[in-house]
Amino acid sequence: MTDLEYIVDVRHVKKSFKDVRAVKGVNLTIKPGEFLALLGPNGAGKTTLVEMIEGIQHPDEGEIFIAGKQWKNHEHELHQMIGLSLQETRFMDKLTAYETMRLFASFYKLDTVRVDEVFKLIGLEEKKKAYVNNLSGGQRQRLALGVALLNKPKILLLDEPTTGLDPNARREIWNILLALKKEQNTSLILTSHYMEEAEFLCDRIVIMDQGSILAEGTLQEILTLGGGHRSLDELFISLTGRHLYE
Amino acid sequence: MNKITNHQLYRLITAHFAEIIREPAVIFWGVVFPILMAWGLGIAFTQKGEVHLKLAIVKVIANQNTMGETKLAGFMAANGVKKDSSYTIDLKNEKLGNVSLAFFETSWPNAYTMLKKGKVSMIIEDGPAGVKYHFDPANAEAKSAYQLVSNLYEYGPTFYAANQSGIEPLTMKGTRYVDFLIPGLLAMGIMMACSWGISYTIIDRRSKKLLRRMVATPMKKSNFLLALITARFSMNVAEAVLLFLFAWIYFGTKVQGSWPALIVLFLAGNIAFSGISILISSHTSNPEVGNGIINALVTPMMVVSGVFFSYHNFPDWTIPLIRYLPLTMIADSFRSIFNEGAGFMDVWREALVLASVGTISFILGLKIFKWY
Ligand SMILES: Nc1ncnc2c1ncn2[C@@H]1O[C@H](COP(=O)(O)OP(=O)(O)OP(=O)(O)O)[C@@H](O)[C@H]1O
Ligand SMILES: [Mg+2]
Repeated sequence: MTDLEYIVDVRHVKKSFKDVRAVKGVNLTIKPGEFLALLGPNGAGKTTLVEMIEGIQHPDEGEIFIAGKQWKNHEHELHQMIGLSLQETRFMDKLTAYETMRLFASFYKLDTVRVDEVFKLIGLEEKKKAYVNNLSGGQRQRLALGVALLNKPKILLLDEPTTGLDPNARREIWNILLALKKEQNTSLILTSHYMEEAEFLCDRIVIMDQGSILAEGTLQEILTLGGGHRSLDELFISLTGRHLYE
Repeated sequence: MNKITNHQLYRLITAHFAEIIREPAVIFWGVVFPILMAWGLGIAFTQKGEVHLKLAIVKVIANQNTMGETKLAGFMAANGVKKDSSYTIDLKNEKLGNVSLAFFETSWPNAYTMLKKGKVSMIIEDGPAGVKYHFDPANAEAKSAYQLVSNLYEYGPTFYAANQSGIEPLTMKGTRYVDFLIPGLLAMGIMMACSWGISYTIIDRRSKKLLRRMVATPMKKSNFLLALITARFSMNVAEAVLLFLFAWIYFGTKVQGSWPALIVLFLAGNIAFSGISILISSHTSNPEVGNGIINALVTPMMVVSGVFFSYHNFPDWTIPLIRYLPLTMIADSFRSIFNEGAGFMDVWREALVLASVGTISFILGLKIFKWY
């Protein structure tokens, strides 16, 4: 597996919902250990693309290989290999954070040792006994991240993990992810609306709009594209005539 | 590593169970409410002691020259006890139960108001030409009031006490209203608990994207549903046991038939409604739509399946249809076991049909189940 060039290989993937063409023929590759940010305005198709990689949605056309395997015949193996957090998930209100983590741990046949490890990792130890519906937004996001990390995934897919958090809470999540990056065992696909987040965490940035990839590369590469822009927003305006974020 | 408490099925069951019992409202509606209902209805419809019937009398005076008193009023004055503008006559009969008739003298408009509000069940028009009874013949209470009063008027107050030897009052267990009610409530409990506890939970989790999150792990999908059903079933057992204990202690309810048959039927009923609940919740992710679907399933059966009152009052052609509704099958079979001493041989067909309906619905539901 280590000699695979790409851990994720998305080939010409398309997806439509009735009359909405959410993803229009996207190609995307990720190397083992690489951290990739997916940026784009609302409705760009980020979630749709990520959920297709996660096996939750199925492409109308094109193929997706994860560690050389496709969802169709390798569902069980691939589930073992990935960790994810959805854009919006509500866990069970009346379970404690600890019970929630143990529930998900049981799906991976993991015991309490790993659960305790993860709580330490996400810094939520004092909240183990709190009911999920009594956690703050930031604490819930951290719990969701913890659940995603339980099985030490080879590929981590986080859909807007820091949306709605204050700068401190955001930085805490960045630090957890940065520590993960140092270990070099995990590849990350992260969707975000924050340029600083992409810049701080990721090796490569992909800008999506209306179901297509507009630009791709390191931050420097992207900015020099089309003649030296000072920010991603500026680049986006030159590409589409619109602001990246209103 | 191999500890049972780390197993996914164990964790799923305990998670679902925790969600049920940590919600105080669930305990109230599942446990306390049925007992309150059994208590209230059991008391209200268990006839103890006297029956009180209230009637309005409207006097019609033709002209000033006729006798001062109208006929019935004269009879009342002779036989009744007067208090303000009302007379009461007590009819005694040990076997039939005592009846107390109260007659209120009043005007037409007032009499109508009293009738509409249910304060009186009949209006008696009392004029020199005779007595006219105004009442709804479809109302059993009004009808019996009519018969009592007309007989009373014709034969005198002793008519009611006469002729007691031909009456054998049924006081044995199994013939009272509570005996009819308790098995019905047990059956209804299964239906309500499954349809809300399973269907609503699934739809709610789907709408919160929790189903989607869970199946993005190596969790076995069947384990999720199995755990949900198991947790719900354990709760249903607890609810049924508590309701039965209450009825046993308070009303002396007894199971005259076979306990094993009762247990098999309880299981079959749970299978039926668990399966149906999975089927009806297999697609929608909108809790409001789910609400509608569940009500559409549950409400008609609540009305026609004879939980509270016998469905034999519905038109004849509907009876065969009603009898094959799942709730009716459970309630009827429960009743025959509780009250008629039925055994396994009498209810195995129903149990089989219920279990099959549940299994088929479950399989169908699973086929079209939307996890995402
Ligand atoms: N289940 C669905 N049914 C119909 N349309 C959908 C569905 N999911 C997504 N879409 C449409 O597809 C397009 C892409 O949506 P997607 O959720 O992928 O965007 P996004 O980039 O994640 O946006 P955001 O930043 O707001 O999360 C949108 O126009 C959306 O309305
Ligand atoms: Mg999105």
